[in-house]
Amino acid sequence: MPTIKFTKEHEWISVDGDVATIGITAHAAKQLGDVVFVEVPEVGRAVTAGEACAVVESVKAASDVYAPISGAVIEANAELAGRPAAVNEGPEGEGWFFKLKLSNASELSGLMDRAAYDQFVKDNA
Amino acid sequence: MVGASVAHSATAPWSRQRKRAALPRKAQTGCALNSLRFRDRGGFRSCAIRRAIVEPSRDATMAEPSAATPEPLKRTPLYDLHAAAGAKLVPFAGYEMPVQYPMGVLKEHLWTREKAGLFDVAHMGLCFLQGPDHETTARALEALVPADIVALKPGQQRYTQLVDETGGILDDLMVTRSPGPVEDGNLVLVVNAGCKDADYAHIRARLPGNVKLFVTDRRTLLALQGPAAAAVLARHVPGIDGLGFMTGTFSTLLSQTIFVTRSGYTGEDGFEIAVPDSDAAAIWQKLVAEPDVEAIGLGARDSLRLEAGLCLYGHDIDTTTSPIEANLQWSIQKRRRTDGGFPGAARIQRELADGPARKRVGIKPEGRAPAREGTEIVSSGGEPIGKVTSGGFGPSVNGPVAMGFVTASHASPGTKVQLVVRGKPLPAEVVTLPFVPHRYFRRLGT
Repeated sequence: MPTIKFTKEHEWISVDGDVATIGITAHAAKQLGDVVFVEVPEVGRAVTAGEACAVVESVKAASDVYAPISGAVIEANAELAGRPAAVNEGPEGEGWFFKLKLSNASELSGLMDRAAYDQFVKDNA
Repeated sequence: MVGASVAHSATAPWSRQRKRAALPRKAQTGCALNSLRFRDRGGFRSCAIRRAIVEPSRDATMAEPSAATPEPLKRTPLYDLHAAAGAKLVPFAGYEMPVQYPMGVLKEHLWTREKAGLFDVAHMGLCFLQGPDHETTARALEALVPADIVALKPGQQRYTQLVDETGGILDDLMVTRSPGPVEDGNLVLVVNAGCKDADYAHIRARLPGNVKLFVTDRRTLLALQGPAAAAVLARHVPGIDGLGFMTGTFSTLLSQTIFVTRSGYTGEDGFEIAVPDSDAAAIWQKLVAEPDVEAIGLGARDSLRLEAGLCLYGHDIDTTTSPIEANLQWSIQKRRRTDGGFPGAARIQRELADGPARKRVGIKPEGRAPAREGTEIVSSGGEPIGKVTSGGFGPSVNGPVAMGFVTASHASPGTKVQLVVRGKPLPAEVVTLPFVPHRYFRRLGT
């Protein structure tokens, strides 16, 4: 079973072995509104935790998506370029952004589990 | 700023003579969705998925000047209705305004182009100038704006700009000559929310003794925009669908005197309607209950005006831009071009004769990536030629759209340029505005 963690920047990260899938949370997708453009990182790019590596834009606002942990990009969701609305339809499913091969699994311990994230969203509402 | 005396004097003339409301159009200084930005205070921006592109400093200072002040936010008479409808309310130019409703910006935008959208624009500055006769009042205003105001016929409306001594734009506004002979000598002005206090002070300080400015502070401004607007409004205000484009009239709705102009800020046919504050909620509910009407927030208002190629003060135009650079020379009529007599006339006349050094143009990115305000524009050879002043996604265009200033040598439609988005030059082309053809009302046979 993959482990799912969340960031204060409203990304989710699902870790299975040494591969992590990253996207934006349902809360983030809802706040953004209709997503009209997504840019995902190139495969092979090495990213460090906290680095801006994808972009999500709604009609009026552009936002960065940060790498929750360090690693190398092994896959990016090419579907999103042609159908950015998938981010709204399935933010924590078909609307995933990219996959990383972890370089430092210990970074995961600094992230929130779902209960903590839900509380975080509530506290910041 | 606008003191109590103003509030006093404002009501008197208004109630005594019963009418005189205003018309609108215009935007709020700094529309822009900002839903995220503001919302973010609590939830979003502070953390996450942060707004990347737009220069926050510029936005923060130019777009929502009042939002940055500690003064409590004001509410329009429609606030409770917006909240009950589930609108996202954000600080905007000192007001808590609906930036979007549950439908969302994209669908609200498309709905307005297809049917009719109802907008709360009560934050905008509604005032009127009152003088002994039209010519006196018009000449007083002509000392501050480059448009021909004297030539306005009763009820006729015109777009113009308050200009400073250097020809820079202090604000843009709509001016309507009072439609009836009783109040001839009155001009109704609608100015931007974020500029209104400064505008009133600026105008008052420059009026002759026999012309006064009154702030209309007991009227709520609504906009009903879209191809179905005329049919919808005519069901409540019989005959209003015959009102000419860019003209205004007094009428009655729910037994209340209203002032209606056929104008707007979306590129569509539509109306701006000034109604008494006390009846604003009832009138809003009446209109929004129409099957063809949906409430539309400031987010869609911004994308609609951008597709229509209309300027947003504080973004596309400000004190550093002249009306000629901003490609607004159409709003300066012949007599004023020739005779001058407005602030900054020397520069404006020179730019009319020789052409400005830079120009506001439409820019169509070739790819899918939106280019936001502040994006650098470079020539095909890579030299900097300007900046994007408004940019985003155009729902009706179904792609990115932008406006910006470029050097005159790169301002011809068809010129290939590049937009530097997140460090990468992306291909784009200078295009003729608007992105979506205007569909204003034209009377048959004229």
